[in-house]
Amino acid sequence: MTTASISPARQTVRRIIRNPSVLIGGALVLAIVLMGLMAPLLGTRDPSKISPKDRNQPPGYESTVRDSSGKKVPVEYRLGTDTLGRDIYSRVIYGARVSLVVGLSVATIAVIAGVTIGVIAGFFRWADGIIMRLMDALMAIPAILLAIAVVSLFSSGLASVIIAITVPEVPRVVRLVRSIVLSIREEPYVEAAITAGTRTPLLLFRHVLPNTIAPLIVQGTFIVASAIIVEAILSFLGIGIPPEIPTWGNIMAEGRSVFQLFPHNILYPGLILGLTVLAVNMLGDGLRDTLDPRFANKV
Amino acid sequence: MASYLLRRILATIPVMLLVAIFIFLLLRLTPGDPAAIIAGDYANDAQIAEIREKLGLDEPLFTQFFYWLGNIFQGDFGESFFYKKQVGELIASRIEPTLSLSLMTIVLTVMIAVPLGTLAAYRQGSWTDRIIMGFSVLGFSLPVFVIGYALIWLFSLELGWLPVQGYQRISDGVGGWFIRLLLPSLALAVVFVAFIARMTRTSVLEVLGEDYIRTARAKGQTERKVLMRHALRNAAVPIVTVIGLSFAILIGGVVVTESVFTLPGLGLLTVEAVLARDYPTIQAVILLFSLVYVVINLLIDLSYTVLDPRIRY
Repeated sequence: MTTASISPARQTVRRIIRNPSVLIGGALVLAIVLMGLMAPLLGTRDPSKISPKDRNQPPGYESTVRDSSGKKVPVEYRLGTDTLGRDIYSRVIYGARVSLVVGLSVATIAVIAGVTIGVIAGFFRWADGIIMRLMDALMAIPAILLAIAVVSLFSSGLASVIIAITVPEVPRVVRLVRSIVLSIREEPYVEAAITAGTRTPLLLFRHVLPNTIAPLIVQGTFIVASAIIVEAILSFLGIGIPPEIPTWGNIMAEGRSVFQLFPHNILYPGLILGLTVLAVNMLGDGLRDTLDPRFANKV
Repeated sequence: MASYLLRRILATIPVMLLVAIFIFLLLRLTPGDPAAIIAGDYANDAQIAEIREKLGLDEPLFTQFFYWLGNIFQGDFGESFFYKKQVGELIASRIEPTLSLSLMTIVLTVMIAVPLGTLAAYRQGSWTDRIIMGFSVLGFSLPVFVIGYALIWLFSLELGWLPVQGYQRISDGVGGWFIRLLLPSLALAVVFVAFIARMTRTSVLEVLGEDYIRTARAKGQTERKVLMRHALRNAAVPIVTVIGLSFAILIGGVVVTESVFTLPGLGLLTVEAVLARDYPTIQAVILLFSLVYVVINLLIDLSYTVLDPRIRY
């Protein structure tokens, strides 16, 4: 293949979109994002609507509800109902919104915080020792426990859950960014820029930070996957998002008490949760193989 | 060697000290009066004053920290306001299930993952390899509580082979202990099998390309011995590192698995403590888990010299 006429950037884009992991993972992620966005159009009902007479019904259960004019309308509960008679199908679809918001927010905040701290640690020798010892200590606390500890400080809510999941992720980004910055600052072009009198901020933005973009995209994708899992775990344990908000973890938490009789309360949200994380991980794997030269030949 | 050992051990002290400071500040950072939080919702003013006095809360923060740390070194983690028990005793009574679950998970993981990874490397590019690696990606993505419930559904509810939930102390019979731990450790092992099989494959693949493997084959060594004696042993260092690192994730997994299978271990204790806002217990458990993690990392570093005599410090 002649590549002389194609710019390196376009070559990379080509490689990415031809990677099967990226294609399959990306398509699945897109489908889940669309599912979350178009939730009201997918035949869902109000996910918080309680219907005591329809409690704990198996998938495919049919019943009637009164609409606003008081007329009886037939409804089908595709995935059954939970202990309060809420429609699990609607709750699972709406749950995608929370998972995706948490995943993306955590990844964005962790990357921004991690880049800031990592660049400072990598570029300014005086700060390196202190910052890295602090990061070592943060990493010595198991991630879920750290998240649980942070959650226990605040009242439960979306924002506190996002902060709690972000805190353990930051040191991992810091380490990555710092190691890249350390190797970049020894490069001749950076030394040349320093010699030419380039100011530090310009140096960082023009010469150092662009080198971190590809690894950060990869790392960020994996953070999305792990954040979605941790959110589900926290909610499942009853210390995450408040139970009235439909999230996959919350649906499963509510299904726990009746699991032996109605396993569908837990199995369906679990399935879609697993599928989402699988899709994001596949996307991350594919991006790593195509974007990160260190792994390009290894895997 | 001895000096490296000493330096490495000493290096863990500042890390643990910082962890201790974090955990100490945890309670002090919570909005409100720590004494009132520790005393709980139903305490009267006299009780709160007593706790305030006991913890030295009127002293400067710096003094308070050393006071707290000093108590911990004497094994005094304070009293759990929820259980009305010494936190130390509480933890001691909860260690067995957690330890059993962790050990059984690791044994299961190594028994499944290392052969699978080696096989995948040996048959690189074949369907066997692809299927094993496919399962590995899947294993990464399924959260432990989903796997846990799927296993309970299949083996306990549908097939009726294994008990649903609960724990039996080892002193009440090894058989019952083993059977009740089988599903939880299997559920917890899945993600580590995925992780370690993948690492084993990469590591063995690298080694299989070495000259000495060709030499071993050339001199007529059986394939089995080439794999076991020459390949796997040389591939051991990264594999052991990953097994060690898995402990860190294992600790998180333990919390969830114990909740799913209602094993009365430290993980369940953590969740109960958070739900009850039982800060002395939360602090003690996190400190303990972090210490275990730091010690394991230390042991991994030291194990390199045993596994690979070329590494000398």
